[in-house]
Amino acid sequence: MSVAILHQGEYVIASIQSDLSDREVVALRDDLTRRVGDHRARGLIVDVAAMDVIDSFVARALRSIAETALMRGAETVIVGIQPDVAIAMVQFRLNLEPLRAALDLDDAVRILDRLVKRGSPDAR
Amino acid sequence: MPDEVRVRIGADEDLVSARAQARALADQLGFSRTDATLIATAISEIARNIVVHVGQGEIVLRAMEDDRRRGLAVIAEDAGPGIRDVQEALRDGYAGRAGLGLGLPGARRLMDEFDIDSEVGRGTTVTMTKWRIRDELELLRERRRSG
Amino acid sequence: MEADQSEGTKLPITAPAVDPDLLHELVDHLRKSQEALREEWVRRITEAKLLSVMTPDEIFSEVTAVYDNYVTALETGSIETLQEYARDLSERIIPRGVETDEVLGIVLLLRDVLARSLFVNYQRDPDLLHRILDSYEPAANSIAVTVGVSFVDERERIIREQQEAIRELSTPVLQVRERLLILPIIGVLDAARARQLTEQLLAAIRDNRARVVVIDVTGVATIDLTVANHLVQAVEASRLMGASAILTGLSSGIAQTLVDLGVDLGTMQTVGDLQGGLEEAERMLGTSVPGVDETSWRSFQ
Repeated sequence: MSVAILHQGEYVIASIQSDLSDREVVALRDDLTRRVGDHRARGLIVDVAAMDVIDSFVARALRSIAETALMRGAETVIVGIQPDVAIAMVQFRLNLEPLRAALDLDDAVRILDRLVKRGSPDAR
Repeated sequence: MPDEVRVRIGADEDLVSARAQARALADQLGFSRTDATLIATAISEIARNIVVHVGQGEIVLRAMEDDRRRGLAVIAEDAGPGIRDVQEALRDGYAGRAGLGLGLPGARRLMDEFDIDSEVGRGTTVTMTKWRIRDELELLRERRRSG
Repeated sequence: MEADQSEGTKLPITAPAVDPDLLHELVDHLRKSQEALREEWVRRITEAKLLSVMTPDEIFSEVTAVYDNYVTALETGSIETLQEYARDLSERIIPRGVETDEVLGIVLLLRDVLARSLFVNYQRDPDLLHRILDSYEPAANSIAVTVGVSFVDERERIIREQQEAIRELSTPVLQVRERLLILPIIGVLDAARARQLTEQLLAAIRDNRARVVVIDVTGVATIDLTVANHLVQAVEASRLMGASAILTGLSSGIAQTLVDLGVDLGTMQTVGDLQGGLEEAERMLGTSVPGVDETSWRSFQ
């Protein structure tokens, strides 16, 4: 399976396991968008550690996921961008905003926890 | 080590294959991990152009070398509609068809040499090359092998 | 790392015509006489004071292995096994201080010992001797070259490893305390160095789980547009790995010039000096990663 998705509390965590074709990227985007809505998720974490290339298409898809998630009340954090991929993205001038990036799952969850607490009028 | 690798580009899945083959050849040619990623990323963009805007084409990966350097040349050819205004297409922010852009300026930034030869109605050929310097030890060894 | 290019390369047993029967005969002879010939060889090695760093036992065991491989190479015409053995041997003896001339020396001595033996054995038939030497010489010389080259290759591999280690050392990324790294950049920052620095910085971020990196450019000779762009790229790449970067050591004059030149410093944190940068990093760590401020930290000087 190309992507492993699990739900942890109010967060959706998607772990990409291999290089994805464009079709798979689009399918992932649609799937995640749906899940965020269905589960009223407050946060979405996308783990791209297994992607050894992040090009304009993937970047655009990630941005799209984040924008839609935001409209449905969820913040998105990308984790696991590899050093060589980060260098390529920067040299390419690929922009990931409004996505946040974190090193790993732990940090991503902490970031989301902070954001969720801040944003929530009634702390759950 | 092959001098040349030809990759058919005709479907979505071919992009995955093109990226992997580019990386494999880059590794064989002794490029660093980062450079191999730059090359694979640039190829991804160019290959996608072919799939999305033309339908099919071919990408040739060619090993290059001169006195001091080793290189990987990528020649992407299609017999598609061609690019009307190459300068425009190379501009950041060019939206192109379906707002996808052509990823060309980005690919150019990743490679050392970049050239587009395109004519409306005839097709497009993108040639891009990445080089790496062969250090003293490597040169010594190769001179010994061939001499 | 380049893969070895030989695919079972054959020895150039070409002209004059190699008689397989003759080859077979001389290999037989070399095998039958192996004990005596090996002893002679060791005697010559000792006489020439080669392999002085090795004990007699070690010399004997290596000599036995080389002899076997040598004769097999002569017999099969394939140097693959010999190459592998030579590489293995080199890996073991180079750290002990064995030099190239010694390795070449012992192989040439073996060639001589075997040649003499062929002379003695076939001296009654000069014509046969001639033909046997025609088969033997090119093969033996190829073997000498093969062993020598393998040795030098191994040497170079070691040099390359050492070069790499030196390069790593020359641009240290320092961990000040948990989640905080400092990268002091000194000297000229050209494209190659900037790339290397960025790679090391990102690897350090990953390995140390850094949340903040302070990049100090006080020691950078010239900061022009190109250099500034390298720095911006390093900062942006760090961000993609979840770390915030603070740039210190930029004089306000240079910072202004860069802004005027269109370099986007706005998204980057720039603080006057290193101390100030560290304080800012502390502040950032204090708020963003709960629990870290309780960790004790090593003082940086």
